[in-house]
Amino acid sequence: MDVQSKLEILADAAKYDASCASSGTEKRHSAGGKGIGSTEGMGICHSYAPDGRCISLLKILLTNACMFDCRYCINRSSSNVRRARFTVREVVDLTLDFYRRNYIEGLFLSSGIIRSPDYTMEQLVLVARTLRVGHGFRGYIHLKTIPDAAPELVAEAGLHADRLSINIELPTETGLKTLAPEKDVRAIRRTMGDLRVRLEEATEEKRRSVRAPRFAPAGQSTQMIVGADGASDRTILDTSANLYGSYRLKRVYYSAFSPIPEASASLPLAAPPLLREHRLYQADWLLRFYGFTVDEIAPASGMLPLDIDPKLAWALQHRDRFPLDLNRASREELLRVPGLGTRSVERILSARRYRQVRSDDLARLRVPVGKVLPFVVLPDHRPATRLLDGERLVERLRPPARQLELGL
Amino acid sequence: MTYLAELASPVDLEGWRRWARAFALAGTPGEAIEWRVAGEEAGLFQPEPAPLPGAEAGFSVPRRFLQLAETAICHRDPERFALLYALLQAVLRQRDILAVAIDPLVARVGGMAKAVRRDIHKMHAFVRFRAIEDEGGGQQFIAWFEPEHHIVEAAAPFFQRRFAAMRWSILTPERSVHWDGVELRFADGVPRSAAPSEDALEELWRSYYAAIFNPARLKVQAMRSEMPEKYWKNLPEARLIRPLVENAERRAREMVAAMPALPNPQPQRPAMPSLGASAMAEAQAVTRLEELRTQAAGCRNCPLWAPATQTVFGEGPEHASVVFVGEQPGDSEDLKGRPFVGPAGQLFDRALGEAGLDRQKVYVTNAVKHFKFEPRGKRRIHQKPNTGEIRACRPWLTGELATIRPKLVVALGATAVQSLIGKATSLRSVRGQVLKTDNDAEMMATVHPSYLLRVPDEALRASEYAKFVEDLRLVGEHDPSVRMG
Repeated sequence: MDVQSKLEILADAAKYDASCASSGTEKRHSAGGKGIGSTEGMGICHSYAPDGRCISLLKILLTNACMFDCRYCINRSSSNVRRARFTVREVVDLTLDFYRRNYIEGLFLSSGIIRSPDYTMEQLVLVARTLRVGHGFRGYIHLKTIPDAAPELVAEAGLHADRLSINIELPTETGLKTLAPEKDVRAIRRTMGDLRVRLEEATEEKRRSVRAPRFAPAGQSTQMIVGADGASDRTILDTSANLYGSYRLKRVYYSAFSPIPEASASLPLAAPPLLREHRLYQADWLLRFYGFTVDEIAPASGMLPLDIDPKLAWALQHRDRFPLDLNRASREELLRVPGLGTRSVERILSARRYRQVRSDDLARLRVPVGKVLPFVVLPDHRPATRLLDGERLVERLRPPARQLELGL
Repeated sequence: MTYLAELASPVDLEGWRRWARAFALAGTPGEAIEWRVAGEEAGLFQPEPAPLPGAEAGFSVPRRFLQLAETAICHRDPERFALLYALLQAVLRQRDILAVAIDPLVARVGGMAKAVRRDIHKMHAFVRFRAIEDEGGGQQFIAWFEPEHHIVEAAAPFFQRRFAAMRWSILTPERSVHWDGVELRFADGVPRSAAPSEDALEELWRSYYAAIFNPARLKVQAMRSEMPEKYWKNLPEARLIRPLVENAERRAREMVAAMPALPNPQPQRPAMPSLGASAMAEAQAVTRLEELRTQAAGCRNCPLWAPATQTVFGEGPEHASVVFVGEQPGDSEDLKGRPFVGPAGQLFDRALGEAGLDRQKVYVTNAVKHFKFEPRGKRRIHQKPNTGEIRACRPWLTGELATIRPKLVVALGATAVQSLIGKATSLRSVRGQVLKTDNDAEMMATVHPSYLLRVPDEALRASEYAKFVEDLRLVGEHDPSVRMG
């Protein structure tokens, strides 16, 4: 099979992994003339597919042959999909050829499980080692980590990779047992725990000596599939909060379960719940950067509202806390105002030390004025009491229903 | 009277600084200055050439202003020089004006800088090199790009850091830049025809672009806002956008409508029995204690297993004569799967050493074998196990003690006491006595080392620690076989 056919199969096989980030790693470059590549902290999206997803890395599987039979996965052992396998050399050449033309920031390499976890991990590490040591590649490398792979393989993976990830796949063990019978949530968690220990030790060592061996400077991440099992948003967010707290993950990615060719009979054959996925990302942000807890944003019913974002939903349920005086409220309070992001809050805090913020200043801060105004008091603005109390506020603030996507 | 201030290039920050410094010192109002870039067409009026700016007498401005000016001067807006001069005057009136993002002038210049940064970022992202063979048979990489602002100088160093070992050129209508491996050389713009029109590798890149797209999640608007249409003409993959979008709906519909696939009659090699760590342990479990450990790894007797990483079983010699029982594993123990390895464990080790005991000779374990916690951001806050959880976990502790048959069990803290004697008891009422456990072993109780970490008062902490070491010394007197040496 030629490289082009392999690429078609093995990129198609990798596209259900949402992560494509190339950010958060150390700064390095090749200006000395040796090797090739650089990373500058901020990731770069070199292209966007019509699914709105960023294309930053060459995201491929080494092989889509797999001995696991995960129902949601196009590569499961019982699937009729065409199988292919890259050689190490082919992946290395593709990465370098694409990189030299400035198509990508680096490589995100994953693989089906072949022979054994250790063998699979060894193959991934071999690619990373060839790129780093053989070609002096200084671009970004993200490697999938195979649960329970041998410690020396994990150590070498961390030495070469910027980021490591293990997908938790489903928020509950029951879900995983049903849909991915060969996967073991205990092994996944043990490996995540082991990665956190290694990451923290490496940071500690770096503090003591600049020559300390590196270990995945961009940390670890994971992915959860949304909508393949019956788990509620509440369960998903509880699992995320647990994973962030336990393993200091850089990101939890949510991936709306998408119909696949060669689908298994045990799964919903429906359009992916994209809006639900979007709300989960918003909720995830609120947990990490806005001081919200899962209890506050995920309602007892277990599902986030789809028609409005979770922060607005929270604010509408806590109208007694509003309106807030924008010129006096604390940072924590401002972060809870619908429409105000972390950046605008910092700008408001900084600006109001010099003068009062008035209503026409909001536009200069580029915040959605119509959304913010009902919740704040300004020297020249006070929302009508009945506005904040009225049921019609929801109507006013709900984004107009529109078809999610139109053609070009 | 209007002065004419001429700049050497559209991004001549040095020239602008020289003029602006002189004008500001002379108190020249902004309206009296016409900024012009050398070689660009003059207006209708021919203003007075300005007097050459005076000596280096000067003033200082915040570093932040210069950084802002360096970026904003790359903007295409012809007003930029005048706006920057106005901002300079504002800064001289109020040095920290840049912190006031709501100031109209600050907001306007800030917005220009933001547009320039975005343009630079998009250039870093969307430049596409095409390889050609040069006279020497080597490879040369050439890109054609059309930036919106005057950013070629500002964007070039990035490519130098990244592609230092390549020879490359980026050509634009206004400016071009060449890297020969030694230095960056800037030159005038060139027409598009000066750049190569294809590269054989682009077919492969397009294959990748098509394969990585999921037709079931069409989000054209999201793509457009990050990759505006103006860039498409220079992106080799962009010619696929239209057909991919047009066919997406049909492909997605077909996937949804398709009957579930029948399993492959010749599936991939069936999964081998998992070679995970627990399975390996199972295969090797030979002793009764190892068997217990393996069973405990899959314990579901209470709900604590689900949010935790793993069961943390006891550790130490099979036939230790002394067993220490703590409360439950903490954050580190949960991650590493071993008891007493976190901060409290380290304090415990130190105290053992000071009391003359050998950790290698004793068995350490916990009353509850999963970490109970509440996630709080990036941390996990320890929570005390309740009676039900202690009871659910008791069979494991009882099993450990029945197998090891120690002479002495040391309870560290009230939870351990409760588990060992079967009822909630205050530590104070039993500390310093020798009691009997259900297994007929002797039992002593002292504080849990994590208590010592939490005593806020330093003097009290030291005296509590001394008492703890004293209790451990008593253990050594009771059973000299666990002493060091």
